[in-house]
Amino acid sequence: MPSLGADMTEGTVLEWLVKPGDRVRRGDRIAVVDTVKAAIDVESFEEGEVESLLVEPGATVPVGAPMAVLRAPGAVSPQRPVVRPAPRPSPVARHREKVREQDDERVARQRSDGGWVRATPLARRRADELGLHIGSLHGSGPEGAVVAADVVVQPRVAEQVKAPDRRSAMQAATAALMARSSREIPHYYLQDSIDLGPAAAWLAEHNAGQAVEERLVMSALLLAAVAQAASHHTDFNGFMGEGGYEPAPRVDLGVAVSLRQGGLVVAALRDAERMSVVEVMQATKGVAERARGGRLRSSELSVPTITVSNLGDRGVDVVHGVIYPPQVALVGFGRVSDRPLVVAHEVVARPSVIVTLAADHRVSDGHRGSLLLADIEELLQNPEAL
Amino acid sequence: MNVTEARAAVFAALFDIAPEVDGGSVGDDRDLRRAADLDSLDFLRLVESVARATGVDIPESDYSEVRTVGAMAHYLASHSGPDGSLANSGLIDERSWQR
Repeated sequence: MPSLGADMTEGTVLEWLVKPGDRVRRGDRIAVVDTVKAAIDVESFEEGEVESLLVEPGATVPVGAPMAVLRAPGAVSPQRPVVRPAPRPSPVARHREKVREQDDERVARQRSDGGWVRATPLARRRADELGLHIGSLHGSGPEGAVVAADVVVQPRVAEQVKAPDRRSAMQAATAALMARSSREIPHYYLQDSIDLGPAAAWLAEHNAGQAVEERLVMSALLLAAVAQAASHHTDFNGFMGEGGYEPAPRVDLGVAVSLRQGGLVVAALRDAERMSVVEVMQATKGVAERARGGRLRSSELSVPTITVSNLGDRGVDVVHGVIYPPQVALVGFGRVSDRPLVVAHEVVARPSVIVTLAADHRVSDGHRGSLLLADIEELLQNPEAL
Repeated sequence: MNVTEARAAVFAALFDIAPEVDGGSVGDDRDLRRAADLDSLDFLRLVESVARATGVDIPESDYSEVRTVGAMAHYLASHSGPDGSLANSGLIDERSWQR
């Protein structure tokens, strides 16, 4: 069960999209998982053949628990690797470790209460990993022993898949995250006005020669500029954990998508600093559509390394944002509109935007923050190079 | 395509993007983006959707002429041929028409 948000502790499998015997490749959708916020398409981290599914539809497992067993291509059972999420930056992984340790403790306590149960070592290990009490499983092996195939997480009858009140659950999750941000992160704020004359001219020219599907919006340029700038400023792109700050090796850009029925989902554009403006545009379009349809992909819900809040279309000049822990920075954009600017000693009307940076003062300071904003500004003066 | 058909196409496309918006509250003369809370991506989707449905591609330079549902309907009607076919604005892409 992958971590699909910094505050996620468990997920419910709604539907399997593969069955034993199917071949999967990295990135193939294998299951639909329900979290407090939305139904997510989980993508496979590994390649291989599906050997067994460990969680039944309707059942809930903690983040980190194995969901299925894949046989690696060319590998022979029985010692098959269990599917685990790809390694994550340590602060997030440490949080998940803590959740799993708590589950292990609970299982250990149950065991000491129950009697001796016939079960194979593999079955015991699986049950441990899934947080199941071995005594509660029906054994189909010799003399009623519990074998590995019996270790499956069943939906709890008392709590059949109830349609969660998504909106209030999402509000509660956001509230908790924002309160934590306010409590834990010493924020400082910087602001800068950026001349978007060159960018707007480039955009108009680009769009005039294209079919409507290929059209770009200004947001795509703004996001691309932030991703590229962030890749050169390690104090703003990474995670703060109990062990301190860890810069991330790539930029997974968080994009806040407001949902029509209310609420906010932050989707991550993975490896955004490598994307061209066109790729950023396509990714943002896809994410916005999927977020609003309630069907994001697990790769889009990984924890972003830095987030952008683009409220430009809402008609505000400036955004003073709140950082999403465990991140350490948030870049805000207000409305792109014509403003009076001085160019070559004359006052002219130019499209411009006000960019803001909210950053964690434990990791960076105003001087470094101003360098980041200066980079973003400079990148936007050369849109063709983005 | 006449204005009534064009208006229907606009509302259909709008409903796809903003299903909770009530056509009555948007009306003919209110700024469409404000009334339906559309951001730039939403508006682009609307233009795409309308282009697919009517064959009329609204170029960026004409966005100021389609601020309201009424204005957009009139624009679409006047840019489509009498038999509702492909318009002659010079910027139509064959691919988008065929979709």
